[in-house]
Amino acid sequence: MEFLEEANYQLKEIQTLEGHTDRVWSLAWNPSTGRDGVPPLLASCSGDKTVRIWERNLSSGSWDCKAVLDETHTRTVRSCAWSPSGKLLATASFDATTAIWENIGGDYECVSTLEGHENEVKSVAWNASGSLLATCSRDKSVWIWEAMPGNEFECVSVLQGHAQDVKMVQWHPTMDVLFSCSYDNTIKVWWAEDVDSDNWQCVQTIGESNNGHSSTVWALSFNAEGDKMVSCSDDLTLKIWEADITRMQSGDGYAPWRHMCTLSGYHDRTIFSVHWSREGIIASGAADDAVRLFVESKDALIDGPSYKMLLKKEKAHDMDVNSVQWSPGERPLLASTSDDGTIKIWELASTL
Amino acid sequence: MVSGLINANPTVYEKKERRVRSFISNADEYAVEPIDQQEVFDHVRDIKDPEHPYSLEELKVITEDAIEVDDEHSYVRVTFTPTVEHCSMATVIGLCLRVKLMRSLPMRYKVDIRVAPGTHATEAAVNKQLNDKERVAAALENPNLVDMVDECLAPTYG
Repeated sequence: MEFLEEANYQLKEIQTLEGHTDRVWSLAWNPSTGRDGVPPLLASCSGDKTVRIWERNLSSGSWDCKAVLDETHTRTVRSCAWSPSGKLLATASFDATTAIWENIGGDYECVSTLEGHENEVKSVAWNASGSLLATCSRDKSVWIWEAMPGNEFECVSVLQGHAQDVKMVQWHPTMDVLFSCSYDNTIKVWWAEDVDSDNWQCVQTIGESNNGHSSTVWALSFNAEGDKMVSCSDDLTLKIWEADITRMQSGDGYAPWRHMCTLSGYHDRTIFSVHWSREGIIASGAADDAVRLFVESKDALIDGPSYKMLLKKEKAHDMDVNSVQWSPGERPLLASTSDDGTIKIWELASTL
Repeated sequence: MVSGLINANPTVYEKKERRVRSFISNADEYAVEPIDQQEVFDHVRDIKDPEHPYSLEELKVITEDAIEVDDEHSYVRVTFTPTVEHCSMATVIGLCLRVKLMRSLPMRYKVDIRVAPGTHATEAAVNKQLNDKERVAAALENPNLVDMVDECLAPTYG
């Protein structure tokens, strides 16, 4: 990380992707693309009820819309997620369903529809192996689905515990531990001591009384090692958490997440999205139209690690930034989505 | 939806006199004129109350003074006062204000809508809901709610 402290960096816009006719809520990079000569591919979802698939043309360098997935969801598509193999795309909609799409001969076909939530599905996420899928809803519940042969999905657990609308679900990058964040200001951690038993339980609630957020928690993300987590909130802060995951990996039971630090004073309006790159750069997208990047700072080691802002891209979009996501691949790109109906692709470049 | 009126006998106030917007005579007519308090008030004053044939202005739910505008930073804050402390229509009124301003102001504008401090029993909950854009977006996909909002915003009144 040392080099980041010495040079000046900027976010350089590579391209603005236009096509959605309403706000773009979220996007997902296909994890099996962007390396070994496979062109990077991403999916975006919108208030226009569609999902669009975008691919970078390797010869021209330009991003093109390869497919529009419509006529399946009847309301806003709020969230999308690729399976770890990159073969399936899951999309969560305000129409209370989650759809599973497969690329069959260049056409994306809806191969399964997951029903059960009472109202808007807000988020969908795959576990690291692709065997489990989680969804969450305004109905306050979190559902865990098991992927069966033939694109069948069976609900194995309905998790109740949040007092309000659940905004996002996210699996730990290496272990089958599920995280959910909510309008009730908390993050909940769900764990099954024996995954095969499907005995999922809430093992930790991170709330205001234990250094958690004081308003809606919109998103969270993990570092590459999976021992740190960042969360973002309507309370205008980012919070960094850490856990002794080697204890969990060695089978010694659940290891709770501890508050490490709070990044306050950087954001003026709600922070909707946060994403931690494999290189250790935290990106945030907020309702003030800006994208910010943060890195660990070596300056204050006495009080433990701290984080500082690397750069702030003012007016990254014309309206709220809803999602920021780093790409897989050798040279990560940042993609952002906005209420202005566009997706932007950014490159982190040195100004020197 | 609701049987009986929430506030059966609201106090009705006089409408404020409509001022003609003043222009500086020798100013460049192509100059961008900043949006001010009066302009925002004019956008929302005639919104109809969800349960009475009066405007939000006549019920003093909205006053010009309760609107803060910072054109340079593209920011508006509207503070409204429900007619009664337990008004279950507060979120609908707030939604009407948000939709009207969404349609009327340039898209660069950020709008915060809140209940006047101390005027509603569940003030924090109402404020949180009105400023959660995801829940607002979901609400505006509900046909019944949209009908209700459109009726309050119908230009036939005022």
